[in-house]
Amino acid sequence: MTLFGNEFLLNELLPTLNKGLWISLMLIVPSAVLGFLAGVFLGVIRVFGTRRTRWAGDAYTAIFRGVPLAIQLMLIYFGLPNLGISLDPYPAAVCSFTLCSAAYHSEYIRGSLLAIRQGQMKAALALGFNTPQAALWIIVPQAARLALPGCGNEIIYLIKYSSLAYLVTCMELTGQGKLLAALYFRFTEVFLGVGLYYLTLVTLTGWLLRRLEQKLRIPGFGLEV
Amino acid sequence: MMETPVLCIENITLTLGGRKILDQVCLDIQRGELKVLIGPSGAGKSSLLQCINHLVRPDSGIIRLEGEKLDAANTRALCSFRTHVGMIFQDFNLFDHLSAEENVAIALRKVRGFPRRAALDRALEELGRVGLARYAALYPAQLSGGQKQRVAIARALAMDPKVILLDEPTSALDPELVGEVLAVIRELAKAGMTMLMATHQMDFARALANEILFMEHGVIVERGTPEELLRPDAVTRTRDFCAKLVV
Repeated sequence: MTLFGNEFLLNELLPTLNKGLWISLMLIVPSAVLGFLAGVFLGVIRVFGTRRTRWAGDAYTAIFRGVPLAIQLMLIYFGLPNLGISLDPYPAAVCSFTLCSAAYHSEYIRGSLLAIRQGQMKAALALGFNTPQAALWIIVPQAARLALPGCGNEIIYLIKYSSLAYLVTCMELTGQGKLLAALYFRFTEVFLGVGLYYLTLVTLTGWLLRRLEQKLRIPGFGLEV
Repeated sequence: MMETPVLCIENITLTLGGRKILDQVCLDIQRGELKVLIGPSGAGKSSLLQCINHLVRPDSGIIRLEGEKLDAANTRALCSFRTHVGMIFQDFNLFDHLSAEENVAIALRKVRGFPRRAALDRALEELGRVGLARYAALYPAQLSGGQKQRVAIARALAMDPKVILLDEPTSALDPELVGEVLAVIRELAKAGMTMLMATHQMDFARALANEILFMEHGVIVERGTPEELLRPDAVTRTRDFCAKLVV
């Protein structure tokens, strides 16, 4: 038996992994977008909020960074039904990834918000902006650019932790691979294939994030290109 | 009967960390006047200017714009007050992520509700007024200090302020760039803009100020026309201070 025999590769492995890839993308893209937006919101209230919202934001972050994601995911899928909230595997996974991702993003955003000089806020207030407007139009656009490399890191990490979704029977790339490997007993080929799929996803995402960074670059910051 | 002052400040007091920064400061400015605040650093000039538009909250005191008392607890009233009171900072505080044109346009769009196109047109017009129409597309980091400060002035002017507060607008500039900024301010003064300016540019103050206010330890210790305070035989703190500046 040759590794990656043509027949197995074309008839079994690729179709199965492609099916899983589709589910993985359906998990990753919404979680990345929602997680980032929620992270920005969370980061902003942790810096510019009242004492109470700052405390709530800090507590949220402490909990969602402090508990393993697998546990959060299983609590949401297996635990919430006891409280009367039943989610299907797919929404449960997206919900869990978004909540966790937001906690990490908020920390990058918080760091970059602290790097914006107070004068920017003062100038905006002096022009008649109220604080939320100044945060939205003046501070966050600058902070998000500074946070982008860190947030990109989190998105790449999300691509890989999306593989946890199979724990709640959402059969994405890893889940499909596991099933197929067990069925044919071909662990080497299947997991090499799964690994290559993730590597490709991460490489593509890294490239897209770099493009985005270049597009959002402000003249006069960093090295001239 | 006297006209209502554009800006009237009564008994502004500010304490920070147990230290009195401003102590019962009073002043008023009539339409078209340029008043100059001078004094050693730490005298409270910046604090006074920032208290006027509540970027720093004073402990007590009353601020009136065209006779109307500012209710700073009311956010909407405070924002509206600030749109009428322009502010120029020592270190420019241009928005780093926006081009010169967008720096001027952003408050028109987000505060005044101008459509994007109209705001950009108005921004170009204001940049033209400070001689920077050609630089509209450049970002703050690509401008010289003098150009940045002129963009900041255009940004304030775009809001049609009733009075402009200038906090040492030329102190962060290289000497050869001071002139271009002062020229713009001089044009504004001639056009009748009401201004309160903290500065160390005594020649400028002597030539253009309606009144010089000398501050020390949070108190206005002397006030008068440049002739009164600076004539050669005057024995004043102001003249004393200026003599030290010249060397």
